[in-house]
Amino acid sequence: MAIVAQSSKTGRVSRATLAWIIALLFFFPIFWMVLTSFKTDADAVKPEFLIWFTPTLENYVNMTENYDYWRFATNSVITSVFATLFALAVGIPCAYAMAFNPSRSTKDVLMWMLSTKMLPAAAVLYPMTFLTKSLGLFDTHFIIIVVLMLINLPIVVWMLFTYFKEIPKEIIEAGQMDGVSTWGEIREILIPLAWGGIASTALLCFIFCWNEAYWTVRLTTTDAATLSKLIEGNRAPEGLFFGRLSAVSAAAVGPIVVLGWFCQKQLVQGLTFGAVK
Amino acid sequence: MGRIQLENVTKSFGETQVIPPLNLTIEDGEFAVFVGPSGCGKSTLLRLIAGLEDTTSGNISIDGEDMTQVSPSKRGLAMVFQTYALYPHMTVRKNIAFPMRMAGLSDAEQEKRIMAAAESLNLVDYLDRKPAQLSGGQRQRVAIGRAIVRDPKAFLFDEPLSNLDAALRVGMRIEITEMHARMGTTMIYVTHDQVEAMTMADKIVVLQAGVIEQVGSPLDLYRNPRNLFVAGFIGSPKMNLIEGSEATKHNATTIGIRPEHIDVVPDSGTWSGKVGVAEHLGSDTFFHVHETGLTETLTVRAVGDVALKHGDTIHLSPRLEELHRFDAQGMRLS
Ligand SMILES: Nc1ncnc2c1ncn2[C@@H]1O[C@H](COP(=O)(O)OP(=O)(O)OP(=O)(O)O)[C@@H](O)[C@H]1O
Ligand SMILES: [Mg+2]
Repeated sequence: MAIVAQSSKTGRVSRATLAWIIALLFFFPIFWMVLTSFKTDADAVKPEFLIWFTPTLENYVNMTENYDYWRFATNSVITSVFATLFALAVGIPCAYAMAFNPSRSTKDVLMWMLSTKMLPAAAVLYPMTFLTKSLGLFDTHFIIIVVLMLINLPIVVWMLFTYFKEIPKEIIEAGQMDGVSTWGEIREILIPLAWGGIASTALLCFIFCWNEAYWTVRLTTTDAATLSKLIEGNRAPEGLFFGRLSAVSAAAVGPIVVLGWFCQKQLVQGLTFGAVK
Repeated sequence: MGRIQLENVTKSFGETQVIPPLNLTIEDGEFAVFVGPSGCGKSTLLRLIAGLEDTTSGNISIDGEDMTQVSPSKRGLAMVFQTYALYPHMTVRKNIAFPMRMAGLSDAEQEKRIMAAAESLNLVDYLDRKPAQLSGGQRQRVAIGRAIVRDPKAFLFDEPLSNLDAALRVGMRIEITEMHARMGTTMIYVTHDQVEAMTMADKIVVLQAGVIEQVGSPLDLYRNPRNLFVAGFIGSPKMNLIEGSEATKHNATTIGIRPEHIDVVPDSGTWSGKVGVAEHLGSDTFFHVHETGLTETLTVRAVGDVALKHGDTIHLSPRLEELHRFDAQGMRLS
């Protein structure tokens, strides 16, 4: 007995150490970016100022005063929030139907949805730009919201489907026997029961929308440009303005990291096991 | 009102037909019990009536009105599930109120019916708890409460007591039977426990592989089983079924005699054998008898405590007027 306990304890310690090493490894680039953002562009490339340097807020001041950070940030919030809301509005009824009234082809439909994620975005770059421009939707919030929603819909439906699957079918059927309409069923029974799962799906979708860079960079110029576009715009070809680029990047990922931090319990719970037990 | 009629109803899941064409009428106010072995289609049949499964063909009508295409929420039936299926996020009060809220009843009326149901089901002290904070028996009561408040045309029960322990099961069995007597509403009750079927039913429907083997009152089925399957399924302990020369003597392929219709006699009965297992229940004694010259082990029920034990010789005489005879197809010979 004692031996078993001992070995499992060493096991736990080494696993914890490993987890810490991996976590630090992942965290290091972010840490480095934040550190660099407090250096001047000149200091950023000098090895002697690697750790010991005089911190400055110059990059951040510069960013908010000269680069219109707040407009990009507002656009990011608007597009991500609405894309997430619309994705849920479509995804919840869709996943509900597939989880509780499956047909013979439900599994195939799910696979097909996921397969759309395998399409290289570049393959549709030309038709997409052409279409958005000729429809007069280029650089509008509308097109960004639609595109963000569509590219995340497969993931949203898949996640919701897995959460809904965990709700016992009888509870849904009891609702039907009790005389509730389909919308009532979704509102009164499904959403309250799958709340944790829906929240983590929404959070993940929001993060993906926020971080999206391929389409947001290519389908916008100024009016609907998001933080991804701001970072992209500061990517100077000479590669000199590391301080400035780091500040912009830190300010772009900052909100999402903070959000993730506050919601981590919810996220972990949602991603590992269902909310209904 | 609640007269339920099934006409040529069939159900297939993909290629496999689980209910071949089936006709059945359940009269208004009747307590009908579906019994049969596991997988015979009891639940499927109940779910077809509820509307939770679509029929593959045929018609289902309630009070003469065709309901085949009507959604479950509009059929006016209430169902109690084996797993209770309470809404875990609502208190007992909200669970019971839910169907009434959906039907748009006034708050005062809802409250009145909740209290009436809670009192008759001993739930008054638990109204503000969530289902997770209740015992199995209490959850089952809440499920029944949720069904009765809406005053349905008929109640559908799918093995509602199978998750309860034996003592609770007997208590709930009596409660449901009393509820039926009091309300007089049609009830359809699915079980594989033939004691529940015998004690609760007005009408028993015996199913095997989706086919109705026999429909009748409990005593009807007990006295006149239509075939070997029903004979073996109804009654506890099971009827003794004997084949071979002993059956030929009675011009039958198989003869059946219930354990309670075999008398233990002092010496030289029709059959003599050795007691295998003797189960002494006090009120009755069950003997499993071997070496009677028959291939089958006989089960015998003697009234009271009979002092015979393992290995003793026992003499038995069947009551010939209680003998059931079956032909080669397993059908009853009159
Ligand atoms: N959704 C389904 N898809 C495919 N086959 C099904 C489905 N539901 C039931 N069946 C099949 O139909 C048959 C009848 O099932 P049903 O659940 O009605 O049996 P039951 O009599 O209620 O059994 P039990 O006493 O075990 O509850 C079974 O053979 C089962 O495998
Ligand atoms: Mg069943």
